[in-house]
Amino acid sequence: MARIAGVDLPNKAVKIALTYIFGIGKVSAIEICEKTKIDPDVRINTLSNDELAVLRHEIEENYKVEGRLRTEVALNIKRLMDIGCYRGLRHRKGLPVRGQKTKTNARTRKGKKKTVAGKKK
Amino acid sequence: MARSIKKGPFIEKKLLKRVTEASKTGSNAMIKTYSRASTIIPEMVGITISVYNGKTWIPVYVTENLVGHKLGEFAPTRLFRGHAASDKKKGR
Repeated sequence: MARIAGVDLPNKAVKIALTYIFGIGKVSAIEICEKTKIDPDVRINTLSNDELAVLRHEIEENYKVEGRLRTEVALNIKRLMDIGCYRGLRHRKGLPVRGQKTKTNARTRKGKKKTVAGKKK
Repeated sequence: MARSIKKGPFIEKKLLKRVTEASKTGSNAMIKTYSRASTIIPEMVGITISVYNGKTWIPVYVTENLVGHKLGEFAPTRLFRGHAASDKKKGR
């Protein structure tokens, strides 16, 4: 099993397997294949160690992935919360940030439903 | 959609005039404004701007990391006081 950027890649086509890394989607996966001249449809386990090294190098140099990307995102959110702007307040309260309605739905942000007792008349 | 770069950031003319004046004279007097849609520009750093939220003016002290945001983002227009307690809790 190949390990790139601290993630175990499954034995799938390179263009799919790369998307298991946080920060690499389909577009950047194909882009990486193009740059490293690796066939995107070939399976991970058939790659030689050299090819894996090339992939690793490419991702390390030109892409922000996994831990570094996660900290960047967290820092961006923290910045919003620290300056006390509207988006920061929404993050603090765990409500949708981009103006969606909260009368119904919004469960992704609000989490599992909390039933309020005695709401019915 | 993002605003065209050609136009530059939006700042209300009146506010811009007062800001440039304040930065010239270095006065710390609060600037009251209704213009929540105005972008915060580097010239405003260090000035306190009072932003109207529909009811009162909220003082916003502009620091460097507020640049690029809009004034209205720092003066919330809605007040959420929590939901009413349920009937049972009130004890009929």
